[in-house]
Amino acid sequence: MTALRGSSRTAQKESRQMLGHFLGLMGKSVFTALVLAFFVIPVLWLVFAPFDAHPGLNVKLPEFTLNNFKVLFDNPTAIASLGNSLILALGSMVVVLVLGSLASYSLSRVKIPGRDLLLYTLLLLSSIITGTAAMVPTFLLMVKLGLIDSQFGVILVLSGGILPTVIFILKDFMDSTPKSYEESARLYGAKPLRILWDVVIPLARPGLATIAVWAVVQVWGNFLVPYILLRSPSKSPAAVVMYTFYTEGGQPNLALISAFSLLFSIPVVAMYFFVNRRYGFRFHGGIKS
Amino acid sequence: MASITTSSLIKEYPGGVRGVDEMDVTIHDGEFFALLGPSGCGKTTLLRTIAGLEKSTSGSIKIGDREVTNMEPGQRRVAMVFQDYALFPHMSIADNIAYPLKIQKVAKTERHSRAEEVGDKLSLQGLLERRPGQLSGGQQQRVALARAVTSRPDVFLFDEPLSNLDARLRLEARTFLKKLQPDLGVTTVFVTHDQAEALALADRIAIMRSGKMQQLGTPREVFQRPANTFVASFVGSTSMNLLKGTVSAGSVLIGRQRVAIPTDAVDRVGDGQEITWGARPEYLDISLVAAPGGLEGTVTVSENLGASALITVELPENGDLVQVVVSEDREPGIGTHVWVTFEPRRTLLFDSEGLRIGD
Repeated sequence: MTALRGSSRTAQKESRQMLGHFLGLMGKSVFTALVLAFFVIPVLWLVFAPFDAHPGLNVKLPEFTLNNFKVLFDNPTAIASLGNSLILALGSMVVVLVLGSLASYSLSRVKIPGRDLLLYTLLLLSSIITGTAAMVPTFLLMVKLGLIDSQFGVILVLSGGILPTVIFILKDFMDSTPKSYEESARLYGAKPLRILWDVVIPLARPGLATIAVWAVVQVWGNFLVPYILLRSPSKSPAAVVMYTFYTEGGQPNLALISAFSLLFSIPVVAMYFFVNRRYGFRFHGGIKS
Repeated sequence: MASITTSSLIKEYPGGVRGVDEMDVTIHDGEFFALLGPSGCGKTTLLRTIAGLEKSTSGSIKIGDREVTNMEPGQRRVAMVFQDYALFPHMSIADNIAYPLKIQKVAKTERHSRAEEVGDKLSLQGLLERRPGQLSGGQQQRVALARAVTSRPDVFLFDEPLSNLDARLRLEARTFLKKLQPDLGVTTVFVTHDQAEALALADRIAIMRSGKMQQLGTPREVFQRPANTFVASFVGSTSMNLLKGTVSAGSVLIGRQRVAIPTDAVDRVGDGQEITWGARPEYLDISLVAAPGGLEGTVTVSENLGASALITVELPENGDLVQVVVSEDREPGIGTHVWVTFEPRRTLLFDSEGLRIGD
């Protein structure tokens, strides 16, 4: 009798546990679905709206048309702005790669007191340089330097904002290159720049590729810096030009914006796939000796 | 081709630790020279200072007639083979071998023919298009050698050239190096912590400890006539037996047993002098019958060395241990009462400072 009651009690306990487990699973799934929807819906909009004859701010299956793209290609500033974005992105990429590898190599090899503190401080302050807080001083500085409305000026400011992070990441790659490689080259008479070019850069290539892509993506999507520093619409990058797409009624021209957004995002996605295939975004440098 | 001379060379690290302390050494032209010592003794520091990768604190280095103390490593005409070989993983073997020529701005076609020529000499045929990662350890080492040869240096420096190879390959590479070095005829300095390697390869060996030179001599000299007890116990595949004793009445008293004064030390010691008596296990023998002048004891351990065995004999009075190498068919059993015999000319005496008595 007691045994029976005991066993029924365990059964009850088990079923209660089962129910709890089931409810937990439900809750987790609902939560995941909500989070997923939060990220997926904008992407769906980006895919559907450009092909919709009457795009709105909600996601719906499009009344299919390519007219939005036709309007876009007829807009004189739109396509040119993509070229401007490319100039800014590639320009910054080159500046960042050249200065970043030189700086990280020297910081990795030369022992100076407080080196790590310097690196962390730079990293911490870097977000300020291209951030909103420093925009007024940056603007004044560029005015004094005569670099307002110059794409070169924008490249410099953007690179300055990215460089600390780049140096921080690249230094790790440089650190992991065995010293004996460089010493060996040194004994055969190679000068430091030569060693950097022949030995260190090739070994840090996966790191440099990662940095290059990251730099392009950062600049490609940056709105604030070119918006403030560039005056002529002919020099403005896509991120700024998109901001000017309004209908005559003062409403955002969603047809134009959506089509342009799609074009705007393709290069970045394409580059991600290219580099991922080629270098695999490995975040470790050096070669096992 | 050149000799190397260091005079009062000192390399001091921040904090006052001396990696190289007052080093005066002359390495002759074309010589195969070993720097031997336990890890941390400064042998690699000395090698790197000769290469110019470390800056000396004071003293001077000459290579041939050239004063190189303050020269950049690239101007010293030295080539170094690193312990990890330091082959560039992103370059083909041919490009690796020809890298010194690339720095010297030699044209590409000539670079490749030189790489091929040197590769042939070091039996690297058919490997020139590969990458270092695809080669075995022994092949990688030969590539590193080939690259050093291509630069036509005055001096070769090898940092632990054999330690990255596995045991069997190491012997092969050792023989290869021994044959190659006189062929190239280039003064070669190598660093090793393995006394067998130094004895086998070198024309002369410098034994170092805490940055200081302990002894400089041919392999035979350092093996048979070690300058002090440190060298005596460091050199040799089994370390030398060193027993404390006193000189008394024309013989050496170890515990309560008497052995003859070593030939070298006769007339150089006085009665009552505290000494250390030394004998290499290889120069000792075991007798099962009472042998006058031998050390009496009991066998406690027998270690098989292949064609021979290392027998440990415990002396009765004070528990001193004496090790003896005997051939394989003559090993006594554990617990056997034996007499350790020797020729007095094969034994050595060291004074209380550990320095050998004799010339």
